[in-house]
Amino acid sequence: MSIDIEIPPMFNKHLLGIEGMTREQLELILELTDRFAEIGKRPIPKVPALRGRTVASVFFEDSTRTRLSFESAARRLSADTLTFSAGSSSLSKGESLRDTVEVISSYGADVLIVRHNMAGTPKRVSEWTQASVVNAGDGCHEHPTQALLDCYTLKQQRGSLDGMSIGIVGDIRHSRVARSNVLAFTSLGAKVTLIAPQTLLPDFMENWPVDVSNVFDDVIADLDACYLLRMQSERQSKGLVPSLREYAKDFGLNARRSLFLRKDALILHPGPTNQGVEITAEVTTDERSIILDQVTNGVSLRMAVLFMLLSPHESTQMDEVK
Amino acid sequence: MGVVLRGGKILDKKGERSLDVAIDPDGKISETGKKLEGDIEVDCSGCIITSGLVDLHVHLREPGNEEAETIETGARSGSLGGFTALVAMPNTEPATDCLAVVEQIKTLGNSSSCEIVPSAAMTVGRQGREMVQMGELVDNGIGIFTDDGTGVQDPQLMRRLMEYSVGLQSRLGRPVILAQHCEVNELAEGGYMHEGEWSSFLGIPGQPSEAEELMVMRDIALSKMTGARIHFQHLSTAGSVQMVREAKASGLPVTAEATTHHFTLTDSACSCYDPVFKVHPPLRTETDVAAIKKGLKDGTIDAIATDHAPHSQHSKEMPFDQAPPGMLGLETALSLSLEHSGLDVPEVLELLSWKPAQIAGVANRHGMTIEKNNSANICVIDLDEKWTVSGKKMASRSSNTPYEGWNLRGRVRHTINEGNLVVFDGESVQ
Repeated sequence: MSIDIEIPPMFNKHLLGIEGMTREQLELILELTDRFAEIGKRPIPKVPALRGRTVASVFFEDSTRTRLSFESAARRLSADTLTFSAGSSSLSKGESLRDTVEVISSYGADVLIVRHNMAGTPKRVSEWTQASVVNAGDGCHEHPTQALLDCYTLKQQRGSLDGMSIGIVGDIRHSRVARSNVLAFTSLGAKVTLIAPQTLLPDFMENWPVDVSNVFDDVIADLDACYLLRMQSERQSKGLVPSLREYAKDFGLNARRSLFLRKDALILHPGPTNQGVEITAEVTTDERSIILDQVTNGVSLRMAVLFMLLSPHESTQMDEVK
Repeated sequence: MGVVLRGGKILDKKGERSLDVAIDPDGKISETGKKLEGDIEVDCSGCIITSGLVDLHVHLREPGNEEAETIETGARSGSLGGFTALVAMPNTEPATDCLAVVEQIKTLGNSSSCEIVPSAAMTVGRQGREMVQMGELVDNGIGIFTDDGTGVQDPQLMRRLMEYSVGLQSRLGRPVILAQHCEVNELAEGGYMHEGEWSSFLGIPGQPSEAEELMVMRDIALSKMTGARIHFQHLSTAGSVQMVREAKASGLPVTAEATTHHFTLTDSACSCYDPVFKVHPPLRTETDVAAIKKGLKDGTIDAIATDHAPHSQHSKEMPFDQAPPGMLGLETALSLSLEHSGLDVPEVLELLSWKPAQIAGVANRHGMTIEKNNSANICVIDLDEKWTVSGKKMASRSSNTPYEGWNLRGRVRHTINEGNLVVFDGESVQ
């Protein structure tokens, strides 16, 4: 059985953010992810679709999980992988970002998977390379593949995000995951409520298509899905919350609070979890939790993304996928 | 006999008149009149002849960062922009905080195409801890003190600087000006653009308007307390403009400047993540732009400055947080002011020449009327010439202009510095 996969020309050369993507583009990627999820279930989960292509991970900020997920996806498609990891501070030792990008590009990578602790860096990188660029997380800006895999995981459970009520809880201010997910969830028809103390919300959100609550307990019973964000301990030292203890008490999803969450609601977390802060161990393994599904789907989704970026824009006969 | 500017129209504080201007080689205007003759006749037909422009806020990078700019290249850039006097900011390396560095800058300035007016730091090393040797610097002609790039954070030290400066006025023969870069570090820390809808959307940490406004508020209060002569540098927010307006109305000895970029660009420019739009204070909102234009029009703001801040290309090809703040301004300021400030031509000249010349303490040789025996620091402007901005074509050693590709109207045709033709027909005379 061969699979025809049609990549419409509307898909862009880069995946820099959910912003600017249409609902049709998002749905197309989710559809394509289904095909690649199937490959993951095979005894030998590998196809030669991207044989001879090179995918370079360019990580200026540490991230084992995201990098492994992308590299697994690349290898399942038979692409070669390169890894460049350096603290972002190494740039300040004299070499400009552009110099670094031009050197990495000269190794012949077809895709650069870029993570950086500053917003906009993947976009800048895309201006200095012939390769496609995937944003694997840029500062407090976007993390589009995370949002896409979250949408895929929700869709897998519910068939559609239309009309769902999704709460995103925690450090929205510093969260690229939240920004991308607000755009993706609402684009796919869900209603989003941001739940956080005021200090962890962005300063200006008048034009964001969301509801906001400073009190988790006020809104928890209305949620179809509860998305918990990682709470970093440095937020306490920066004076944004009085203590992690108080944060956990008011915004953590513990066993007691989870009783107010509907029985058919879903619990998500982008990982790695801070057990005892935003989530407790018993909630992580609660039957409503789909946190491990997110991790599994991450690889399939990233296979779909790499395939779309590296395929010619006309209809592609994917004979190798058998 | 020297140069004659022929066929133009003089426009100065006394109004308009169609007269030729003859210039002595010794640097004075020898005569104005009809059909004058000279060794070199410079065609000024269709142009206005006015006093050279004066920029209160320029970073010339020398000594310390000659890769980005030198006094020579910065001055040439200034001449092309119509400037004949540039106030050099003291954030050099080492900081201009003592007589030795001041003397170095003066010496380098003597052979440049503009008059270089050094300012000195208020505190040693611009560290905000100890006063510089203010008396010695004042005795050597320094009239402007600033830690520009940062504000003096400690209110007690600022108060003492103000008190001390008042006591030096008689030695200088005019008020000693303390020029403040208003920014409360604790509020601005970690912010790389204006804190607003755009920063929240773009994920770039922002710094709020209040970081500037709190220090404007503090220094107005301290000026009232001490009587010190304060100059507010690069006002960027509507709130700051309003506070300065009220301070002036209550009779306090304060002046203010605004930069061309703060009335021509907004924070939305940062959406491309190119640090060429990163500057301190940051580009603000439409509301702030409107308030600055109103302040220029009603006299709240006394001068248009450039905050010309050259940076090498590689230092700007960095992530937004790591790139240094600042943008070029000398070669675009006049055109942008003529076209985008909402001011008429005499108002633009007042804010770019006549008033800043007074604040800089050079009004006896810059910003003067075009009359016999006045210094020949002159700029000839073609109000109709259209041109396209290109960083690569600028005389500056750097090319970090945020106006790349902009089509502007109005351009400097000739510049005369101390009687010497330093720009002829839009080109530098080497």
